[in-house]
Amino acid sequence: MSLPLQVELTAPNGLKYTQPVGLFINNEFVKAKNGGTLETIYPAEESVITSVYAAEKEDVDAAVEAARAAYENPNWSSIDPYERSRLMSKLADLVERDRHILGTIDAWDNGKPYSVAANEDVEEVIRLLRYYAGWADKLYGKTIDVGPQKLAYTLHQPVGVCGQIIPWNYPLLMAGWKLGPALATGNTIILKTAEQTPLSALYLGNLIKEAGFPPGVVNIISGYGKTAGAALASHDDVDKIAFTGSTMTGSIIMKAAAVNLKNITLETGGKSPNIVFADADIDQAVKWSHFGIMGNMGQVCSATSRIYVESSIYEDFIKRFKEHTKTLSVVDHPFSETCYQGPQVTKQQFDKIQQYIETGKSEGARLVAGGERVGEKGFFIEPTIFADVKDDMTISKEEIFGPVVVISSFETEKEVIKRANSSTYGLAASVFTENLKKAHRVAAKVHAGMVWINSSNDSHYAIPFGGVKQSGIGRELGDYALQAYTQVKAVHVNLGNDL
Amino acid sequence: MSLTQKIELPTVTYEQPLGLFINNEFVKGEKGQTIDVINPATEEVITKVHEATKEDVDRAVKVARETYNKVWKDTTANERGRLLFKLADLIERDLLILASIESLDNGKSISMAKGDVAAVAGCIRYYAGWADKIHGKVVETDAHKFNYTKIEPIGVVGQIIPWNFPLLMFAWKIGPALATGNTVVLKTAEQTPLSALYAAKLVKEAGFPAGVLNVLSGYGKTAGQAIAEHMDIDKIAFTGSTGVGREILKASANSNLKKVTLELGGKSPNVVFADADIEAAIDWANFGVFFNHGQTCCAGTRIFVQETIYDKFIETFKAKAEKNAVGDPFHDKTFQGPQVSKVQFDRIMGYIDQGKECGAKLVCGGGRKGDKGYFIEPTIFADCKADMTIMKEEIFGPVAAIAKFKDIDDLVHMANDTSYGLAAGVHTKDLKTAITVADKLKAGTVWINQYNALHHALPFGGYKESGIGRELGKAALANYTQVKTVSINLEGHPSGW
Repeated sequence: MSLPLQVELTAPNGLKYTQPVGLFINNEFVKAKNGGTLETIYPAEESVITSVYAAEKEDVDAAVEAARAAYENPNWSSIDPYERSRLMSKLADLVERDRHILGTIDAWDNGKPYSVAANEDVEEVIRLLRYYAGWADKLYGKTIDVGPQKLAYTLHQPVGVCGQIIPWNYPLLMAGWKLGPALATGNTIILKTAEQTPLSALYLGNLIKEAGFPPGVVNIISGYGKTAGAALASHDDVDKIAFTGSTMTGSIIMKAAAVNLKNITLETGGKSPNIVFADADIDQAVKWSHFGIMGNMGQVCSATSRIYVESSIYEDFIKRFKEHTKTLSVVDHPFSETCYQGPQVTKQQFDKIQQYIETGKSEGARLVAGGERVGEKGFFIEPTIFADVKDDMTISKEEIFGPVVVISSFETEKEVIKRANSSTYGLAASVFTENLKKAHRVAAKVHAGMVWINSSNDSHYAIPFGGVKQSGIGRELGDYALQAYTQVKAVHVNLGNDL
Repeated sequence: MSLTQKIELPTVTYEQPLGLFINNEFVKGEKGQTIDVINPATEEVITKVHEATKEDVDRAVKVARETYNKVWKDTTANERGRLLFKLADLIERDLLILASIESLDNGKSISMAKGDVAAVAGCIRYYAGWADKIHGKVVETDAHKFNYTKIEPIGVVGQIIPWNFPLLMFAWKIGPALATGNTVVLKTAEQTPLSALYAAKLVKEAGFPAGVLNVLSGYGKTAGQAIAEHMDIDKIAFTGSTGVGREILKASANSNLKKVTLELGGKSPNVVFADADIEAAIDWANFGVFFNHGQTCCAGTRIFVQETIYDKFIETFKAKAEKNAVGDPFHDKTFQGPQVSKVQFDRIMGYIDQGKECGAKLVCGGGRKGDKGYFIEPTIFADCKADMTIMKEEIFGPVAAIAKFKDIDDLVHMANDTSYGLAAGVHTKDLKTAITVADKLKAGTVWINQYNALHHALPFGGYKESGIGRELGKAALANYTQVKTVSINLEGHPSGW
């Protein structure tokens, strides 16, 4: 018997709800043409939640066709910007109405604490959708005065049919980050979720239809990167691809996009430095530094995972960091009230992190805390602290994507900036100091797309997010994200320049 | 006197607040005075509202200042936007009630009033969306400095609105002012105080903190003057006649130099070229002058028609105007209701008499319609000359003045020959004509092949004596913000010192 298009599920917190499992194309859930499916796991118990249909090339073709037709249909392409804004606001209202369901799904599918999923991730999606709804009718071209013989103006038009490939670390939130600016600017979308966490975006499909978006404007498909993702990135009727994930996959996407020179934005990895000067507020530096690496189980692209502490406060910082971690980083299953750190998302991630921990031990770093699995079931890892880490150690260079922090000391500002910048990545950075000049000076010199002064990972939907170097191309969030989904057409009206 | 009254209308029965809305409460005026509210379709008194005098203005400003300092200044932009979105939802929920109040109080037809209220919700949503998008800049001057600008609210703003679009004018004012983080003391027109008071109830229901928005019914000479002269109001925005606009500017100069924006009168030209789509141009000319009973600051009241189509235009326009349905505001088919008050009625009839005596040709209308309610027939004068009173002064009623023109140069000269400069219309099929004439007209808005097509996203305001500043669009935000430059020295000593 083949998989139905929706299943009745009961979540670990007792919530009963209907989970769509089809591919969301043209406002309907359909089966994959070849009937392929994939399983998604509850990482706290290593149990299967459900199967979902997995898109392959033929399904991607169908989704692209639907998105293209929707893009050319006047009921999306010619509606008042105000109407686009209303649809997006309505979607935000529906996400707010179903906060408990969406929070439950993400906690179950990803493993993050329920309170974070429902009150932080879902909350940010609501605000972000409303924020971009507010931009929909404020997208201005310009008029440019070059003299009376010409009326020159620019039209800011949508890019067209956009493929969006999102990761598993913030399933619903990453969908929100992608959909917001793309919809506000009038594009149509094929969103491919991560195979590890397909569920919350499928539920969102119901809300997109309920909000009143015309069929084909947003299409949501579950699938594997190598099949569905590759098909989308290389499709010659897709005008743009946006990807968030590893740098390695980002590079593959970039190559695939070359087939029709499609517009590309990438949000890839990071090994972001966190610089703690001796004149910092140490207590706050410890708390933010902890959040900067231990939040979301360390599964954060912008995690400030390399901490450089000025030598005069080095040991004191490590001691406080260890204590703070012990108090705050309660490892438990996602639906427990005390949970700060849930499981890692999959066995594959779990194994990878364990391997880095072993490498760290064997390379000679000082293991200050953690380093072991927690319990025997579920992909739980102890929050792990390495100190006396040298810049050439693997654990200092490579992105671990787990609750593992590396700490080392520095002597001078000039030295630490050089060391912070000696990475192929450049996503974020944190600087802790109370000195005005130092703060702004270091912020200007560090190679990063985002710098937090006296905080870490303190993001906001209105502030641009993205990296330099191999951490990505382009920016998300804020009004900067709109540029990624817009193309500029210059129109010259000749008023009297006769030959 | 009570603070509310139950009012029964053909469309709804509802509770009308009557008090002054200060600190999220409806209260009586300190002096206990009241204002009669008249139904212009029947000339009967609908109700009385409490009147704000100088003492009440002082009270409201005090509350607005304290709320600004203690609460609103530190409210996040996201929260301000959220409250405005909520207010728009509530206005939409109570659309029929608000539209009915407008028809009752102002006399406009119920269908026009519904259009107004829908535009009110749209305008407030538009500004709600701006709240968290007000960006300063970072400006590089040299390597040792970090310079940024911060766009801040002004503080406590006074707003005085007119009677021609009571609730819409309310929205145009509070939208940008609240989105940018100011607190407000708003005085309605004494002729039309009712809809803003009902909206104030919704402001409280939406969850705005007490004191953010205060709504006062009152007279210009007392409450309005008190606002214009107040030493603790940081900015005043006024929409109304040019004459009163001058007084407001003077009052600012004589008090604390509060920032002033003004939206005043107009005598806007509506130009029809021979190559226009004539049928459409006539429809737009009709709408341009007779919409809202001619009570529109941007009305196309001087219609210029190219000489080769002049006679035909007038004949067809006359036929169209004579078909405009004039009557009961609560009737679905009504296009034109009564003028808002006896004072306005008498004034317009005075201008019509002058028009009859000055040598212009009366094409149609020219009289009162019926004998109850301030109804005036749609009136057209042709063969008008620039020196006629009816071509120079703003009549603010259903009276069109038509003149002929030869070519573009002739037209531009005549159209710009006015101390006003609010709007203009141009009807033509030719690409170059449209753009070059739009370039040459001294008007804040030029409509091409349409008229009175206002939209909350498009800046609106006057050249010359039609006003100072622009409302609507992103431009309105500048009226309610001030720029602070912060320049941080990162190195270095003053050179040589």
